[in-house]
Amino acid sequence: MAQSLEPAMKQMTAPPREEIAAIVGAANIRSATQADQVDGVLPGIVVEPGTQEELGKVLACASRAGLAVIPRGSGTKIGWGNPPRRADLVLSTARLNGILEHAWGDMTATVQAGCKVAQFQRTLAEHGQRLALDPLWPERATIGGILASNDSGALRARFGSLRDLIIGVTLALADGTLARSGGKVVKNVAGYDLPKLAAGSLGTLGVIAEAVFRLHPLPHEARSLSFTASSFKILSSLADRIRDSRLAYSCLQLRAESNGEPSLDVAFEGTRAGLDAQEKQLRQLAEKAAPKDPANCWNAREALWNEGDAKVVAAFSVLPTQIAEFCAALGSAGAAQKLTWKVVAQAIGVGQLSLGVSSEDALMAALEGLRANAETLGGTLVALRCSHALKSRFNIWGAPSDSAALMRHVKAQLDPGQVLSPGRFVGGI
Amino acid sequence: MVAGTLGQFREIVGEDGLISQPEQLHTYECDGLTNFRVLPEAVLLPTSTAQVQAILRLCHKEKIPFVARGSGTGLSGGALPVKGGIVISLARMNRILEIDIPNARVVVEPGVMNLSVTQAVASHGYFYAPDPSSQQVCSIGGNVAENSGGAHCLKYGFTTTHVLGLEVVLPDGSLVHLGGRTLDHPGYDLCGVFVGSEGTLGIATKIILRIVKRPEVVQTLLAAFHSTNEAGAAVSGIIAAGVLPAAVEMMDNLAIQAAEAAVHANYPNCGGLLLVELDGPAAEVEHLMARVKEICTACAAWEIRLAQSDEERAIFWKGRKAAFAAVGRISPNYIVQDGVIPRTALPQVLSEIDRLSAEFGLRVANVFHAGDGNLHPLILYDRSIEGQEHKAEKLASRILELCIEAGGSITGEHGVGEEKKGFMSAMFAEPDLDTMQRVRCAFDPEQLSNPTKVFPRPRLCAEKTGPYEPHPLETSGVAQFF
Repeated sequence: MAQSLEPAMKQMTAPPREEIAAIVGAANIRSATQADQVDGVLPGIVVEPGTQEELGKVLACASRAGLAVIPRGSGTKIGWGNPPRRADLVLSTARLNGILEHAWGDMTATVQAGCKVAQFQRTLAEHGQRLALDPLWPERATIGGILASNDSGALRARFGSLRDLIIGVTLALADGTLARSGGKVVKNVAGYDLPKLAAGSLGTLGVIAEAVFRLHPLPHEARSLSFTASSFKILSSLADRIRDSRLAYSCLQLRAESNGEPSLDVAFEGTRAGLDAQEKQLRQLAEKAAPKDPANCWNAREALWNEGDAKVVAAFSVLPTQIAEFCAALGSAGAAQKLTWKVVAQAIGVGQLSLGVSSEDALMAALEGLRANAETLGGTLVALRCSHALKSRFNIWGAPSDSAALMRHVKAQLDPGQVLSPGRFVGGI
Repeated sequence: MVAGTLGQFREIVGEDGLISQPEQLHTYECDGLTNFRVLPEAVLLPTSTAQVQAILRLCHKEKIPFVARGSGTGLSGGALPVKGGIVISLARMNRILEIDIPNARVVVEPGVMNLSVTQAVASHGYFYAPDPSSQQVCSIGGNVAENSGGAHCLKYGFTTTHVLGLEVVLPDGSLVHLGGRTLDHPGYDLCGVFVGSEGTLGIATKIILRIVKRPEVVQTLLAAFHSTNEAGAAVSGIIAAGVLPAAVEMMDNLAIQAAEAAVHANYPNCGGLLLVELDGPAAEVEHLMARVKEICTACAAWEIRLAQSDEERAIFWKGRKAAFAAVGRISPNYIVQDGVIPRTALPQVLSEIDRLSAEFGLRVANVFHAGDGNLHPLILYDRSIEGQEHKAEKLASRILELCIEAGGSITGEHGVGEEKKGFMSAMFAEPDLDTMQRVRCAFDPEQLSNPTKVFPRPRLCAEKTGPYEPHPLETSGVAQFF
């Protein structure tokens, strides 16, 4: 099916390098090196446009020349998705890194795609505000990158994910069109909600040039509490009770690993009086669990990625009440395949897991088992970090759903020439 | 419509599921925006997804345009029939299919009333957060089409925040599932695109909703100010203090008078009235409400009341929720406008509305969701006075232009529909609209699903996709798209 999407092979016209250099300036185009590989595929050139207009012109030029374009921020998640079918030009957003407006009175901000998340947060904090999101590697990850990969963390329990925070977007389409949708106000139903379409599209529909976000105040105070218990099940039912309580938590996280005790982490944000009252209620609810030091608990997701022996990292999604069952399956898979594992789950039903060093066959068997388990529960599993050899055997995205054809139609409308990140996405899009 | 086609529709939905008598069709000739009326060829009332699919397959085959309709409470003409087309009413698909309290999910058919969802889960301590003022009579399907808001969306988000998944019949009759019970389905967020698409991408036949646990306490404060400017300053102060209220509503004197005449909410007769609602853990709300009171006092509030009971809270809200209809008590006719501005632009936009009101010689009552800058100016006029309706429409347009100039939006919750499609070109550039239409072409290449709405001009889906190129007449400045 994916094959049929390939455009007719275009005859590569005269090298477009000169033309692109004329658009962005010779200093902002260079030959790619091994460090620019996109999941094993070596592109020809790396281009860094300095304005949206340049971005649009580079895309139009690349489209005409039949080049495959891979948009890239800092590249922290460039290995997510399938390896691209082709990669000729890496379009770096490094120079599109400005914070264009922080309308703090309106609690919105407009930022270019290449801005680092931490830089953005520091600027917002000057007025006591934040983007209420805790993605991976904020010092390096860019706004465009977290949007394209739809990365979110523990704060999602209260503030939602990127789809709930983005209110406007400017996309540069493959043909060079610069298209805005949404706006600068939080409440706005004029036209289609394309900011949501951009979030999680992994650079396959357009290059995110600029985004507008709704902001939240920095909390007056925050407090984290962690608990452990003799079994994960005790903690997961505690999480269920907390979800069903009137506690206004900002984060609610479950952790487990093959060689260590399970944990439940809770974060509250608010006033001192509110935190005291909620802590007291929580401790009453958690009488069957033992308190433990919450230090570093909110870095657990990043730690899971950063550990050297994490050969596979996968994202999963199940119903909140099914986390325990899924994690039990993870424990069984680990035991059966004799591999170490770790999981960091958010109680809303999403999480990431890692599988340690083992043979490819063992990893494959574990992934297949876990995918089947998640799907039986009505959920999904997507492999994020995964060797090439495994990617060639395991469909990292899972089987296409009944909306796969519709997704291909959307892709065909916005990128008919299959210029952008060809093949990286679901169903070979 | 040829008799044969009508017969085929009858076969699908049965005799009692088809309305084709002209006198009965009049019920469906408009929605809540009554100044646009079109008589549909027929109205179909399917009872199942399979029937909706069969109807759309036939529409697709015969190239018959269709308009889906919930309760018809929309205020932008989204459910206005299109000439030569049919209306598909989802009123009979009104079952709550599943309630899953432990996972906070409810699955409904589109005809279920908004308030019914909350009523179905209230005994478990949950509620469905989006609460448009029409929540007693508006349907979830209509809410999905319009991405409805409501007073409490400041804190809880809009319909789109609470719709996790959809079963959708596409305009060719095929069935797709977008999103689902679990989060983060791999692929494009087409559920997010569908919500708020105003019926132009297909028909949702099943909706998976997220419900929310009731907060420990809810407190509502009413504060009276001499002017809307003072009230607006208080709102800015509250936001600047890092407080995120569940709702902040503002009414001006004319709106207060109307509400008083209608429901006797016992509002103080003031220049600007604020309702501020905080919810959450008791200790937290207690502390923050004290802060809100201080801010209101500092902004010269001359009367502050904190509702002492749920009954009193309900009365505070009754005036606000009845405000639109209440204006009918003080004016024979009125236009409800829906625009959004950045909150900080409130003082300048309000004084400009005052100026325009004087210039046009028409009264304007102002009701706002002040926390998120969503204005609902109500333009009062008398249709029996020649030319006044036209003047009122003109004033309504001028107010929208103000919103766009201030960096806002032409609609915060009522939708573009038929009413505002002409303004889309003022808010978006042609390539922006063209890109949205490309997405539409992916869902509905034949443009059968609520065509002629939202966009100022149709786009031929078969045309070569490519960057927008202005017509030579545009480039030369001879002509311009409106």
